[in-house]
Amino acid sequence: MVRFLEFTGKPFVMMIEAFGKVSLLLFSTLAWMVRPPYRIHEIFKQMEFVGVNSLPVVLITGAFTGMVLAIQTYYGFRMFGGESLVGATVALSMARELGPAITALMVTGRAGSAMAAEIGTMRVTEQIDALYTMSVNPVQYLIMPRVIAGIVMLPMLTIVSDFIGIVGGYFVGVGLLNINSGIFIARIVEFVDLSDIINGLIKASVFGLILSLVGCYKGFNTSGGAAGVGRATTQAVVVSSVSILISDYFLTAVMF
Amino acid sequence: MKIQLVNICKAFGDQVVLDSLNLTVEPHRITVIIGESGGGKSVLLKHIIGLIRPDAGSVYIDDVEISALNERQLNDVRKNFGMLFQEAALFDSMTVGENVAFPIREHTRLTKEEINIIVEEKLRQVGLKKVTGKMPAELSGGMRKRVGLARALALNPKIILFDEPTTGLDPIRRDDIDRLIVKTQQHTRATCLVISHDIDSTFKIAHKVAMLYDGRIIEYGPPEKIKNSENPVVKNFIEGKSSSEQ
Repeated sequence: MVRFLEFTGKPFVMMIEAFGKVSLLLFSTLAWMVRPPYRIHEIFKQMEFVGVNSLPVVLITGAFTGMVLAIQTYYGFRMFGGESLVGATVALSMARELGPAITALMVTGRAGSAMAAEIGTMRVTEQIDALYTMSVNPVQYLIMPRVIAGIVMLPMLTIVSDFIGIVGGYFVGVGLLNINSGIFIARIVEFVDLSDIINGLIKASVFGLILSLVGCYKGFNTSGGAAGVGRATTQAVVVSSVSILISDYFLTAVMF
Repeated sequence: MKIQLVNICKAFGDQVVLDSLNLTVEPHRITVIIGESGGGKSVLLKHIIGLIRPDAGSVYIDDVEISALNERQLNDVRKNFGMLFQEAALFDSMTVGENVAFPIREHTRLTKEEINIIVEEKLRQVGLKKVTGKMPAELSGGMRKRVGLARALALNPKIILFDEPTTGLDPIRRDDIDRLIVKTQQHTRATCLVISHDIDSTFKIAHKVAMLYDGRIIEYGPPEKIKNSENPVVKNFIEGKSSSEQ
């Protein structure tokens, strides 16, 4: 019985411990945001990396998500003559759910993993120690700009994803499945509220915080050379993705 | 600046690394700490610059107890330090010039032109020319260490720490780095503390040598004293004999 409790309890204790450490890192990051120097250059550099450089992958995944959504809903709705609702369904799904979630998962794979790998490599090659010896706080120099970039750029990318997803849905719905163009757009205007879009963007911001914080935390606590960097990178992607999907449920439940 | 370590104790889990260690590093001198690999030399160095805090005991830099300072106060003290890491620890996303300029940019309000002049001067000081635009990955091990030293010298530190500066270098490059350490100390009059297990280099550069063994300093003095030490552990280490050979 004791062994069973040990076996099941240990991962739970470790999880709580990790959660506590991530929370402390978050507080430390927030504290460094309001203390000079403000590292504007680093913040913009990270915004470019997280946001601008993620555009191609977000455009492709967003467009195809909208397209496949249009096909699936069309075949479903056709059974009871509801084809006119395809546009609204695509737009609502993109704005409320798929835009933020797909974007966050893509950026996790691209930028979250890179954050863990880069900071992890800096840790095992003593570059982070070098920052300390030069009186530069690594949380402020490395983590704070990445977290800000995540929080700010994810909503931006989500706007692009939402838009391109709806365009993809329009292309399939109107161009290939012969839904009337006017009805497609009219239903979107009729059913999609501004709050749907804004709540989706708030979700994206939270996902941006999660993926950047987890990527930085995993990288910052790397040990064990190249193998350790690989492990940290994998864990960053897995933990971020799972956390994004779990938090997505709770955010949706609260918001909508 | 004087460095003083008083009764420093440090353990990682069950493993005791430093055990009531006492050491005074004289100012304006080169002190080399020798000892076996994995014997706690780097841990000792990290205590001196405040990267690791002792479980017990105190670290003093010119009578300021740095082990009791908070992070912000520690940062002020660290501005007196320059440190050359074992693998140089250059920022691999920056060019050589940006690496050397980094501490200057962080802690002064100099213009770009003024910083560039200092960067060139520091690189010249370590015997490097026309490398400012190169990335660290394009440099050899010896050159990386020179750039690391140039970066360590950027803010004219009063204390320079060297973590195994000659490890991984061929004999000629090793000699180069040894000469560079001596030249740098003479030029800057800084207090230099070198961690090494390279006996030849140690006797070439040291004013004082300290032998770390079993978490304590078991011998300390000028190189002659260490060479003639009757302590069997020191003797074996200098002669490169393992205890199982006896």
